[in-house]
Amino acid sequence: MRHTLAVLVENKPGVLARVSGLFSRRGYNIESLAVGMTENPEISRMTIVVEGDDRVLAQVTSQLSKLIDVISVSDLPPSESVDRGLALIKVSADTDTRAEVMQIAGIFRAKIIDIDAETLVIEVTGDKGKIRAIENMLGRFGIKEVVRTGRVALHRGTKTVGGEYR
Amino acid sequence: MTDTPISGAKALINCLKNEGVDTIFGYPGGVLLPLYDELYDSDINHILVRHEQAGAHAADGYARATGKVGVCLATSGPGATNLVTGIANAYMDSTSIVAITGQVPTPMIGNDAFQEADITGITLPITKHNYLVRDVEDLPWVVKEAFYIASTGRPGPVLIDLPKDITTDEFEFIYPKKTRLPGYHPDVGIDDAAVKRAASMILDSECPVIYAGGGVIISDSSPELLRLAETIQAPVTTTLLGIGAFPQSNPLSLRMLGMHGTKYANYAVQESDLLIAIGARFDDRVTGKIDAFAPHAKVIHIDIDPAEIGKNVRVDLPVIGDAKMILQSLISHLQKMQTRSGAWLGKVDAWKKKHPLQYEQSDKVIKPQYVVQEIHKACPDAIIVTEVGQNQMWAAQYFQFENPRTFITSGGLGTMGYGFPAAIGAKVGCPDRTVIDIAGDGSFQMTSQELATVSKNKIKVIVAILNNSYLGMVRQWQELFFDERYSYTDISQSVDFVKLAEAYNLVGIRAEKPSEVPAAISEALSADRTVVIDFVVDPMENVFPMVPAGAAINEILDPEVAA
Repeated sequence: MRHTLAVLVENKPGVLARVSGLFSRRGYNIESLAVGMTENPEISRMTIVVEGDDRVLAQVTSQLSKLIDVISVSDLPPSESVDRGLALIKVSADTDTRAEVMQIAGIFRAKIIDIDAETLVIEVTGDKGKIRAIENMLGRFGIKEVVRTGRVALHRGTKTVGGEYR
Repeated sequence: MTDTPISGAKALINCLKNEGVDTIFGYPGGVLLPLYDELYDSDINHILVRHEQAGAHAADGYARATGKVGVCLATSGPGATNLVTGIANAYMDSTSIVAITGQVPTPMIGNDAFQEADITGITLPITKHNYLVRDVEDLPWVVKEAFYIASTGRPGPVLIDLPKDITTDEFEFIYPKKTRLPGYHPDVGIDDAAVKRAASMILDSECPVIYAGGGVIISDSSPELLRLAETIQAPVTTTLLGIGAFPQSNPLSLRMLGMHGTKYANYAVQESDLLIAIGARFDDRVTGKIDAFAPHAKVIHIDIDPAEIGKNVRVDLPVIGDAKMILQSLISHLQKMQTRSGAWLGKVDAWKKKHPLQYEQSDKVIKPQYVVQEIHKACPDAIIVTEVGQNQMWAAQYFQFENPRTFITSGGLGTMGYGFPAAIGAKVGCPDRTVIDIAGDGSFQMTSQELATVSKNKIKVIVAILNNSYLGMVRQWQELFFDERYSYTDISQSVDFVKLAEAYNLVGIRAEKPSEVPAAISEALSADRTVVIDFVVDPMENVFPMVPAGAAINEILDPEVAA
């Protein structure tokens, strides 16, 4: 099972190494990791997608919570949260195929952010399924390069993570 | 505290004094010169070790013997990396030490400067937390937090890496009263509902066993453990690190469980219907084959570290928090308990009578177990420190421990060479106690250079070497599991330990016959300086009982079967 964790950490040097080191030495698999500053510059937020059963999730959560720089760890269940990732896709597109590629991008509400005679760069945001779907659609034109961000997630509604520390 | 600016070095000394530090185990070096210059005038007792690893172990032994935070100090680069084994050892056994390392000046960090090592990176997985001080203004905060983190919650080592320029930078020193740690809350309180449930599970059980670990000693809950055991009439087994948490003379004591535990402890655990784990972490040396461990038992796990719950075994009821508070609350819920039927304790007692710890005594060759028993007879209230291997197991099995903080050993990491420097730390922390390192000839040679430290500082410990001329525990496994092919474990005829002691202006004694053992011990006890006793023991003696690695803990090898 896949779990999305929102981890608030102190914005200090070395925190990312502490977290990623913990995952590697304890043998937990990180599927994706995104990190950035929160609305409070002293606090960063990591969104970690981790694969494992409930036992693994409990271990990951309690081991993360033991790190001194980790302020809070919250599990964001899919039904109660929204998440997005972003991908940039460089796809072959010449005068014969450009229109069709742009049409596909339009259907996925993706943006064309660069163009030259032979390629287009497409920016697409969405959940994992959507990004995979557009990749599949573009595959036959020749994908030259793909770069993805880790996923970021928030609770739906008024609920937030970390309480007083934010 | 002061309005005139002071250097980081002076500030560090002030910080340490604010934390009540009176002893440091250290070794100087280039980047530490400003700090050592301050130490020269300070009234902190600095013990100069002969290798930084020994400094870390000594701080660890000091912490375990006294319950205070142990402090060690090493220079940058090799000095810092030499601490690594000692820090890992403290981490595995949850010992509160603060390790301070020098670092190259901040502008040079990352440039592969002379004697530079990324010690915060290196010790990331083996410290509870670590710091690289980048601004002298942070120094008081860092020291305050380091001691707080090391000594609270589940204790552990904290490292402070101190660049040279930080020690010479000047600032207005104020020691903070609080810490600024938004992510660290060691004071978790107790869950009353869980405690009540634990009480009812205890009342419902017929065959309970208490399994007590080092956490009982760390949390100072031995008196509560005794009261709980007597209230519910449950037998008590301890882990290696839990030895001393429960008096072994008590009829409810099962001594140690696990790989080299007593048969009756292992049988009791295997037949129990309720296992009450307190400050213990279900290590593989305790559980053996995990699927076959305590198969009929419900498990109550009392621990301050939530990450230990369910890590190795399925737990029916976790109770998170300080063991002392939890046990006090638990006992208050159990006051009215009816006396348990005697059937379970009767069964346990029958196992105890049928399967006592035993070895074959000899009047020709010294048996190592006999040496341990004679040490106990001569000095029952000594602090016993051990090396790692057969010596450690015989000490655990054949000494009788009654009090916490009287058995100091490297459990989790199993660090050969730990015992002698840890004994030095214990003695410095408890100068009025007799401290005896029960050693092996292999382990002792890993840190025997510390004979210089005890000689120079007039520290008296006794090193009782059970000299079997082998790396004995490995030899035992080679005998039992590798067709007696003794690959590189014969270390005979390589050193004269008596002459070695004498070379350091210390006392060396050799005992080669069983009849010489008591006199050797009494001579060592009355000597005015450190004594190394070379007990020439039976080279082929094995540690039994023994559960082979990966077997269930009631699948026990005993001397008859093995022979």
